[in-house]
Amino acid sequence: MSAQRQRAVAEMGSRPVLPAYVRLRRDEVRGRWVALAPERVVELDERSLDILKLCDGSRSIAELAGELAKSYDAPEAAIAEDVLAFIQEWSDKLLVRLET
Amino acid sequence: MVRGNGRSNGRGTPPPSGMLAELTHRCPLQCPYCSNPLELHKAADELDTATWLSVFDQAAAMGVLQVHLSGGEPTLREDLEELVAHLGERGVYANLITAGVTLDRARLERLAEAGLPHIQLSFQSTRPERADRIGNANNALAKKLETAKWARELGLAITLNAPIHRQNIDEIGAFFDLAVEIGAERIEVAHVQYYGWALKNRAALVPSAEETAHAQKVVDEARSRLKGILNIDCVVPDYYAKYPKPCMCGWGREFMAVTPTGLVLPCHAAQSIPTLTFDSVREKPLDEIWAEGAAFEAFRGTDWMSEPCKSCPRKEIDFGGCRCQAYALAGDAAAADPACSLSPHHAAMRALAAGESAAPPPDFVYRRIGLYPA
Repeated sequence: MSAQRQRAVAEMGSRPVLPAYVRLRRDEVRGRWVALAPERVVELDERSLDILKLCDGSRSIAELAGELAKSYDAPEAAIAEDVLAFIQEWSDKLLVRLET
Repeated sequence: MVRGNGRSNGRGTPPPSGMLAELTHRCPLQCPYCSNPLELHKAADELDTATWLSVFDQAAAMGVLQVHLSGGEPTLREDLEELVAHLGERGVYANLITAGVTLDRARLERLAEAGLPHIQLSFQSTRPERADRIGNANNALAKKLETAKWARELGLAITLNAPIHRQNIDEIGAFFDLAVEIGAERIEVAHVQYYGWALKNRAALVPSAEETAHAQKVVDEARSRLKGILNIDCVVPDYYAKYPKPCMCGWGREFMAVTPTGLVLPCHAAQSIPTLTFDSVREKPLDEIWAEGAAFEAFRGTDWMSEPCKSCPRKEIDFGGCRCQAYALAGDAAAADPACSLSPHHAAMRALAAGESAAPPPDFVYRRIGLYPA
């Protein structure tokens, strides 16, 4: 079977990708963004949404953090640590897949 | 959020986020723990495609984000692909809740192409003979495993749903192993809740307190062992609980269910409460039913509560528990759920479960359409 059967550990070089079964959408009725996944609705703040929109499997976590640092005009190292922790958390919930 | 009665046009009523769409009562399995009512409807009574499409349009506009396509066995509806595609077009997340014995690969592929993201596959047992005995089926386990393999190949998320009772509670560990083996993202350890057919079969299903406690240990151990590998949800067996489950996250607060014939229910078992009357999507707009329907108003908020719920600090945490269970075991749908240790009926409920689970299990009354006329 193809599913990963070991806990994935996020590294700066890992390329995060949203699985097809995780869908991001605007929830107009409640004025927010959400991620929809099996039997779950996760409300997204601006920062989470910014990260998830870049999780297309083409960028590494380091590259993703670099882009965010530029758009936030913030120090890249701090952003990278934040993003790494965020991706690990989402990977542990199987909402993000890591490609190496 | 919580409101009293007498509000107009649904102002102040929070929008629903989830809908259980029971597309049909037909099912190839006859599981004795089914929570459908005893009075099951035939195909001729079911809503047609156009009505379901309209229901989904209305639900999406109201703020429903997830629809659970269930039954009975929803894949027996020939319009399932059309319903799934329509939900996708509205941005609504579709969860297909299936026994996995009726699909072939081509059909599952069509559903995936229609935008289906997730299937929830029920497993009666990890052992072939036992699975067939519980579901009164033939070769069910092999078919389910094949369905799981196709789902994996097609990139669908899989939930393994394991309804747990005294005749398979010794398999909880094996269910976790199976979930990992088939590549599931999620497992639902669903201790049977006693409504409908399950209530009828309770003596054949309810486990002992010791078995229940042991099962919980296995779940807790799996949670740490399988972190990042498998998402684990566990529906607690509340006959032995201290506090009741926050049933439906509060009555008329987030969820609604629509029956195969179009009745709109605050919870899928609500028809077991004979004092309630239900509106139909054939007669009224969904938003009006949600905001003003008598069945939704009956137990929405906290105004309906009496003691011990009324002054309870947990009343906004568990919402008084389950109304259907209060009716079934305390004889009053507005009473505290007897699963709560503060209910005067709690000791009797535990004793009932302890007594039934200690006696030899009676034969199953298998779920069949027509055994109890609708």
